[in-house]
Amino acid sequence: MTSSTLAIQPPAPVTGSLTVFSRIRRNSLLVMAGTGLTILYLLYTFISFDVWDLLSRSKPQRAVLLATDAVAHKVHVTKTIRGAGGLSIAVEGERTATYETPPGWVTVSDDLTRVDLAEGYRVDISGTHVIFQIPDLGPIHVRITDTGIETILPEGVDPPDWLRATPAKFDARPTIGRRVQVSKARIEVHRYFMGWENFFFPFRSELAVYSPGQLFSLAFSDQRLDPDMPNWRLMATTFWNNPGWQHKQVFIALLETFLMAVLGTITAALVGLPLAILAAANFTPAQALRFAVRRLFDFLRGIDMLIWSLIFIRAFGLGPLTGALAIAFTDTGSLGKLFSEALEGVNKKQMEGVNATGANRLQFYRFGVIPQIIPVFVSQTLYYLEANVRSATIIGALGAGGIGLMLVEAMNTQRHWENVFYLILLTISLVMVMDTVSAKLRNRLIHGRSGI
Amino acid sequence: MSLHIIQTEIMAMEKRRRLYSMACIVLIAAVLISGYGLANDLNSGGFLTGMQQFFDYPSEIVKEAWAAGFSFFLVMGRFVPALVETLNIAGAASIVGGALAVVLAFLGSANLGVNPPVVITIVRRIMDIMRAFPELILALFLIFILGSSPVPAMIAVAFHTAGALGKLFSEVNENADADPVEGLASCGATWLQRMRYGVLPQVLPNYLSYFMLRFEINVRASAILGFVGAGGIGMELRRTIGWGKGAGDETAALFMLLILSIFVIDQLSSFIRRRLVTGRDSE
Repeated sequence: MTSSTLAIQPPAPVTGSLTVFSRIRRNSLLVMAGTGLTILYLLYTFISFDVWDLLSRSKPQRAVLLATDAVAHKVHVTKTIRGAGGLSIAVEGERTATYETPPGWVTVSDDLTRVDLAEGYRVDISGTHVIFQIPDLGPIHVRITDTGIETILPEGVDPPDWLRATPAKFDARPTIGRRVQVSKARIEVHRYFMGWENFFFPFRSELAVYSPGQLFSLAFSDQRLDPDMPNWRLMATTFWNNPGWQHKQVFIALLETFLMAVLGTITAALVGLPLAILAAANFTPAQALRFAVRRLFDFLRGIDMLIWSLIFIRAFGLGPLTGALAIAFTDTGSLGKLFSEALEGVNKKQMEGVNATGANRLQFYRFGVIPQIIPVFVSQTLYYLEANVRSATIIGALGAGGIGLMLVEAMNTQRHWENVFYLILLTISLVMVMDTVSAKLRNRLIHGRSGI
Repeated sequence: MSLHIIQTEIMAMEKRRRLYSMACIVLIAAVLISGYGLANDLNSGGFLTGMQQFFDYPSEIVKEAWAAGFSFFLVMGRFVPALVETLNIAGAASIVGGALAVVLAFLGSANLGVNPPVVITIVRRIMDIMRAFPELILALFLIFILGSSPVPAMIAVAFHTAGALGKLFSEVNENADADPVEGLASCGATWLQRMRYGVLPQVLPNYLSYFMLRFEINVRASAILGFVGAGGIGMELRRTIGWGKGAGDETAALFMLLILSIFVIDQLSSFIRRRLVTGRDSE
């Protein structure tokens, strides 16, 4: 406010150096006061948001964890102590992704399981006794006894900060990619590998063992792996139905979000335009009607997308139709208001010219009005479309479905961060592609053929 | 003769143009029809059943609010702190994002003599990314690390604001009059001084007008982000809606507060913007 009064003052005639200096002094005082108030407000929000408390409670290690899990996958080597006992090696500990024969870095003999964690790290498991070899530190012995878990560090070594050893649980993570956990029920060793596991084909699929080159030649080979369909179709369906990455469901979710944005925006624009004519002073002389339509715009906009979404989710359930209608309702108000302002600024001459030729009502609008506001109409609609792709992800997260809901659910389960990361990448790509396409179209419209 | 050729050419162009327009309209109609068909199939509740239930929920909460009588206003009063929190998220995010946007805009304007010019391209790309990045994702990510609190939402909204306002601000900068800058340069002013005294006074009214517009958008965004765990009025809404029946008066009170505050901010911002713009026109 303060700076606005500063800026809108028409320059007073300069009568002497004194006036100039007093003006400058007053203005700089105003600017300083405005800045001071802003800083005070920020301080107030800082305190009311409890930022210090928040920072002390924050878990930055979660960010590291998330970053690692997003680009890497881990293989669990699990030895169950209680019950039947036995050893299982599985990607991410999933039952569906268990190795039949141990990979090269795990050697199993009668009473010793040796897990090679590379770079000198090694875990030897024999019965209930675990030896964790760590370079530069020596072996850590862990024993599961009746009283609890007993940890013996090498002589003269202080417990490192990556180690937590209590009688109930032993947990050591000397590097991000290596972790050993021992509880009374089981011994678990994690080794991380870069990359997304089984992104293309599920672990159990016969296709999972081939290299990209082999797959390529296989795709065009006549020797069918599955006698029912050609190899390339087998690959496509296996990829499409991948249970871990759910490519099919993710694609449908993206399509839903896209549909919400496109349908919602186009509907809003097409409903908004005729209403805008009713709200424009130079087309609708009836003041009562104009007032009513304008209040309708305010109402639609004022209810806000959040509330519209909640109401529509209640009535229509989960899905793209819900999101599309919520967007359409809100933006009919916003676009209608914008269009009516554009209509009030149209050039009268063209309309009069069309009228003079004896045009009927429809022709009058078609040739006298529409060509003038088409650039505003299309560019604003595209601009809203762009923003609505982002809105659609949020409405989805509120419960309307699509990629937004999928993302929230994947984040809430707090597993499979690589899935979350993949969804994030897809969402951002969708938004960016829409942004680029719409910016290109708007540019062409404004610079290329503004005179349609 | 040549007139005749021009005439046929113009008519041919006109015909082609109308064909394009027709094709465009047909395309849009096809997208709408098939899109709504597809959306209806993918939706868990169909359009027709939904239409019948459309007024059920609003009438339910209005009834409960009506039944609450005068105590409805007490319920509304109870939620004022939540509203203040949402407004604070939007306010702080607008200020932090706006301040960042000013810096980005000055570094990303082609006409202000930023040296070396490659900075302009880089800053513009940064702004594009900040603008395109969905707030929801950043907010969810920060909520995961920092816990449920208004701060993640504030940061997420500020991030987006910096990109969005930065672009608009740099467009304003590029339309600024170069004379004052040249005058200051001839007196030996440094780059910062030229910007502070030559450009900033010219662009400030437009900045403020865009800022007000953005603040309004940010209030809406903060309310929505509250719903995914960022606190404020959105969080209260999720709570009362999650309870289902019986909390209708509270839901209605929250709706009422949100609508009222958005209405007030909307009117205030358009009033200030109108004043700023007409103030400039009269110069």
